[in-house]
Amino acid sequence: MRRILAVTAIASLLASVAACGGDDDNGGSGGGNITAEGADDGTELALWTRAPLELQAKALVEAYNKSHKNQVKLTIVPNDDYVAKVGAAAGSGDLPDLFAADIVYVPNWTKAGLFADLTDRIKLLPYADKINQGHLQAGTFEDKEYVLPFVLDLSVIFYNKKLYKEAGLDPEKGPTTIDEFKEQALAIQKLKKPGVFGTYFGGNCGGCNVFTWFPMIWASGEEVMNPEGTQSRLDGTAAQKVYATWRELQEAGAIAPGAKDETGATWVAAFQQGKVGVMPYPATLLSTAAKTVDVGVVPIPGVNGGASTFVGGDGIGISKDSKKSEQAWNFLSWMTSEAAQVDVLAANDSSVSRTDLADNKYSQKDPRVVTVNKVAASPQSKTPVAVNFQQAFNAPGSPWMTLVRDQVYGDPSTLGKDNAALTDSLAQ
Amino acid sequence: MPRSLTLSPSKTAVVSSPSRSARRSRTALTGWAYAAPTALFVVIFFVAPIGLVGRMSVSDWGLFAGNRGWNAPENFTDAVSDRLFWPAVWFTVKYTVLTTVILLVLALGLALLVQESSRWNGILRTSFLVPSALGLASASLLFYALYSPQASPIPGQISFLGTPWSALWSTVALIVWRFAGFYMLLLLVGLQSIPGDVYEAARLDGAGRWQTFRHVTLPLLRPSLALCTILCVTGSLLAFDQFYILTKGGPDNSTVTIVQLIYNMAFQGQNNLGRAAALSILVLAALLVVNIVQFRGLRGRER
Repeated sequence: MRRILAVTAIASLLASVAACGGDDDNGGSGGGNITAEGADDGTELALWTRAPLELQAKALVEAYNKSHKNQVKLTIVPNDDYVAKVGAAAGSGDLPDLFAADIVYVPNWTKAGLFADLTDRIKLLPYADKINQGHLQAGTFEDKEYVLPFVLDLSVIFYNKKLYKEAGLDPEKGPTTIDEFKEQALAIQKLKKPGVFGTYFGGNCGGCNVFTWFPMIWASGEEVMNPEGTQSRLDGTAAQKVYATWRELQEAGAIAPGAKDETGATWVAAFQQGKVGVMPYPATLLSTAAKTVDVGVVPIPGVNGGASTFVGGDGIGISKDSKKSEQAWNFLSWMTSEAAQVDVLAANDSSVSRTDLADNKYSQKDPRVVTVNKVAASPQSKTPVAVNFQQAFNAPGSPWMTLVRDQVYGDPSTLGKDNAALTDSLAQ
Repeated sequence: MPRSLTLSPSKTAVVSSPSRSARRSRTALTGWAYAAPTALFVVIFFVAPIGLVGRMSVSDWGLFAGNRGWNAPENFTDAVSDRLFWPAVWFTVKYTVLTTVILLVLALGLALLVQESSRWNGILRTSFLVPSALGLASASLLFYALYSPQASPIPGQISFLGTPWSALWSTVALIVWRFAGFYMLLLLVGLQSIPGDVYEAARLDGAGRWQTFRHVTLPLLRPSLALCTILCVTGSLLAFDQFYILTKGGPDNSTVTIVQLIYNMAFQGQNNLGRAAALSILVLAALLVVNIVQFRGLRGRER
């Protein structure tokens, strides 16, 4: 019975979408039934996103609502509940018009058919080739594009300039190799200031270490997975160097206590309290951290230099259930425009998702933002694509978490076995 | 109790029925009418969801993809062969035994302590019971802050959740703190329903404190103790909130309970509702067996 209801509901939704397209055909501009701008006719649109992006999402939605007839109603969902909420809505055909997704989950969600096809619409954008490629690729399934970048979250190295001065390090020079990172963290630790530690990481947080350790491997010129995302290559020499570095830091007592139990809820807190010398950190929090700490920013280095970042954050698309795709596209089209990218995102110290806007009037004021934007365009910066990314890496108790904890706290000789478990999970 | 209730109507029916069957059917109708609202609620909120879960458990049902057809024995075999299944079962049982023993002993102690009327009685009873007024999730968050190395007011760098052993005991401590008052209250009611003359008789017979406790209090308290045991065992076997908030199953998957495994299968990566539903059905069956055994034990002793 339920199933029949659901099928009827979906069928009627499809019918109405088709009807929408038909209407636009009559009133639309010229040939196609889709336009680059979509429709701005005073429709109310629903948008869901997860809590970590609250700042950027609110700023974007407010600016859009002020300047458009369409009104977007924003719903912010706690990070841990987001997948379950989207899953429940997808099952009952109640997805909102627009919803964002952690970019690493996007391949799985596009494969499950949660998003509507945007290929033809994205082609109409004059700056289509300037949009962040990592996000676009993650949102491509069987040659169709479903997702645009909503908010970029990049990982960079943050260091505390005040502590660097005290430790006799050059406050204008952050680490440029993994070894320098280790030495500088140890130098901060040698200060022996109560409550101050060399570095910190989320020792029980899969997502944190994907975000901060993958770039170290990429910057060394190695890969973390095969291109299909079905096989783990996290047992390479660069990867081993990364693990060994953190293990040495751990053994030297240079990692702030609590790292081993850190599930990710507070992994950014200690640096903001001035208790940590140097650590890989989300660039979106630059303005927050700069309030309490004199922050220096450098790209994440590899074994012999190099510069990379994890092009994370969230992609956004129109849901399969939306009856208002023309209006929803209006929001997406505006979101990628200069007005939104520069005057909203860049003005709020967030990264822009278009390469041609990386150098803008706001970023020029702060060389640290230029550093962040530059590394985003580096060829060594990536968004990893794997259908089973969540269960392999982010889920609590994932095989990746087992690998990391064995490497840092446990028996490092299990690397081969742990990596094979990771491949099993990816290939499922 | 429930047995006598179900027995009595049929007895009266047997006595009065041979003469009039019409009256009997009217009585039956009235009975159905009385039972209807409850039955309706049971159907809507219990039978229907269980039916849906049952259907999911035999289907290939993805979180995003929906029902993709029959997948019957595979869901169950996959659920049982999950790498975390047996560790989760073992941990859940261990946790259940620990909390049940500690909670019941402590609650009985507290109940005996506050049973006698003394000057501090009111304050004691209130302070034991106050944690029960806090939701389990809120209590877990409170303890999360207490245990967190960054926010904890407890001096020194103690790792409360860092090793499997400490994570288990830290969670047990939370649960004992949260529920001891509640079980104390249940046992207190039981204690106060024991007639005073039984104790008087025991005293006249020259029974000592321990003898009175062992041969008078405990046997007469058995129904209350049984109730507490059933509640506590069932609650602990279904433990979720406290571990979800405090440990997320860590460190190294050492504190994954069976319900958490269900949640993880459904929403944390595998996104497989079919497999999660299959595991739910297995847990339901196990719970039924456990409760039947407990009821049997209780009834046997009552006779």
